[in-house]
Amino acid sequence: MVAYLIRRFLYMITTLIFVSIIGFVIINLPPGSYLDVYRAQRQMQGTSTAKEEIEALKRRYALDQPVYVQYLKWISGFVRGDFGRSFQYNREVSDLIWERLGYTAIISFSTLLFTWIVAIPIGIYSATHQYKLGDHIFTFIGLAGLSIPNFMLALVLMVVAQRAFGQSVGGLFSREFKDAPWTLAKFIDFLKHLWVPIVVVGTSGTAGLIRMMRGNLLDILNMQYIQAARARGLPESKVIVKHAVRNAIHPLIMLLGMSLPGIISGSTVVAIVLSLPTTGPLYFNALRQQDMFLAGTFLLFLSVMLIIGNFLADLLLAWIDPRIRLE
Amino acid sequence: MDQDVILQVDDLRVHFFTQEGLVRAVDGVSFTAKRGQVLGIVGESGCGKSVTAQAILRIVPPPGEIVGGKIIYYRQSSNNGAGNVTQTVDLTALPARGREMREIRGGEISMVFQEPMTSLDPVYTIGDQIMEAITLHQKVNKSEARERAIEMLRLVGMPRPEETIDNYPHQLSGGMRQRVMIAIALSCSPSLLIADEPTTALDVTTEAQILELMRGLQQELGTTILLITHNLGVIAEMCDDVIVMYLGKVVEHTDVDTLFFNPKHPYTQALLQSIPRIESTKKERLKPIRGIVPDPYAIPSGCPFWPRCDHYIPGLCDREEPDYITVEPDHEVRCHLYDPERKTNAQVNESR
Repeated sequence: MVAYLIRRFLYMITTLIFVSIIGFVIINLPPGSYLDVYRAQRQMQGTSTAKEEIEALKRRYALDQPVYVQYLKWISGFVRGDFGRSFQYNREVSDLIWERLGYTAIISFSTLLFTWIVAIPIGIYSATHQYKLGDHIFTFIGLAGLSIPNFMLALVLMVVAQRAFGQSVGGLFSREFKDAPWTLAKFIDFLKHLWVPIVVVGTSGTAGLIRMMRGNLLDILNMQYIQAARARGLPESKVIVKHAVRNAIHPLIMLLGMSLPGIISGSTVVAIVLSLPTTGPLYFNALRQQDMFLAGTFLLFLSVMLIIGNFLADLLLAWIDPRIRLE
Repeated sequence: MDQDVILQVDDLRVHFFTQEGLVRAVDGVSFTAKRGQVLGIVGESGCGKSVTAQAILRIVPPPGEIVGGKIIYYRQSSNNGAGNVTQTVDLTALPARGREMREIRGGEISMVFQEPMTSLDPVYTIGDQIMEAITLHQKVNKSEARERAIEMLRLVGMPRPEETIDNYPHQLSGGMRQRVMIAIALSCSPSLLIADEPTTALDVTTEAQILELMRGLQQELGTTILLITHNLGVIAEMCDDVIVMYLGKVVEHTDVDTLFFNPKHPYTQALLQSIPRIESTKKERLKPIRGIVPDPYAIPSGCPFWPRCDHYIPGLCDREEPDYITVEPDHEVRCHLYDPERKTNAQVNESR
């Protein structure tokens, strides 16, 4: 078990190093050096750049030195939390990201939670009542949820909320609370806005998860050990929970690990439609504007989350499945 | 009813309502099992042996359903030391998931499955699974259950039971897993053990060990065994009485000696001719049963065996379903040839 963990951990570190190199290469792919772009950007805004500033930047990113030094400089900065500077916003990338990361994480985590809490019981119900009325209804809803594009659902929900309830649904706060300090009223207002992105992003995720849970569980319910558990006289509810679900949840844990990057990237399209102050739209703009340090930072962050997610999923799998733990 | 009967199945019908059509997996099966004996059920794949077993435990998977017949279980309980009291229960009348059925299932009637590789849950230790059965049916605490589980493992010949109890199924071989299944099945001292092809998935040496174990335990504990198999060798070695099934019906019911030396039904005769004999010296081809098992969606009318039967009587066998005919005491056969009103017996015996 310990050997397994160490091996997994080493894999993770190796992958991270390679990913960071690729990330750095991508940052440097756009034509012209960072300085040229910076200067051009400045000129377009009608300000000239002082020679001292250029020199300072040169030193900061080691631009007059070989590429591997630049990489080392960048990655060591990254580890310390210095991600470089966004010239689109002319601010430190770290400031830009941190101020949005909190909301993004809240929305993403609640969505993930919503998805699992709703989907797993429905999946179990659907599988244990296969081809009964309830199963058909959930299958229909699930397929509808899968096939309606998220941004479409977001638009429809916005219209409905606006027309029927007179509630503003864009953003995360009503106008009067936007810059107000945190109070109970502001928190309640926040919750009022939070449900829209959760429902919008959650529906498609829920639908997919229901189908997966149902399919897995149906497979497991056909296994001989389920019949054997019944033949022992175990009550049906215990057969399902103790033996069937525990085995059926297996592939979903892998999926959970892969959904970790989504916590940062959020659902970009939905966030743009609902004008949410999350990192998704920021990433999208950085890519469009060739804001290389901002985009590169996101890229690396997403990869790190994916790798950590997979590592956590491996740990979870080893915990629930003795065949992995003991091999 | 006689005291020595433990299970009486009467005209049992289990049908599967599939999308492709109706499958009469078990269609009018009747037999009795005597207490303390080993009753074999033999037949080809798909003849309804396993479904009969599932019906007795009331665990027929959907879309299968018991649509008719009775399964009478003669339940014995000690009456405060004043001897045993036998009480009859119709298992088909109990709610499948109800409390009484669950008490019987695993507690009084238990089952060993065909595939030892897949009949244990991979994520729990074998000890967990044995103790699960023990704590369900007996009033014991955890450490007593563990003691009992170790004792059961020792009984089924598991090496180093104190350590093996904490193993996971994937750490054991097929034969060892089947021993675990037998330990689970016997852990609550059931009065009836259903063994559904317990050795089919095992190699021959392991098969011999498992059969020997089961026979030994049967003699030691006096458990009645319902042994389902397609292997006539296993039947010869293990059973007292045998029923032969074909396409959801019992075609012959007799004791094991009569089955091998004086079989009556043409299907039984054909089955026996299709097994190789080690003592035969002359070069002799095996005689397979001609034709194939019919499609389960289109079972022939009348006697289901007539399209493959050498003694087929046109106009009778394909029209009328034969009744159980008692040819000798304790020897029943479902074939028109033995109908006392028809005198064709000689003809059959000649051809053997």
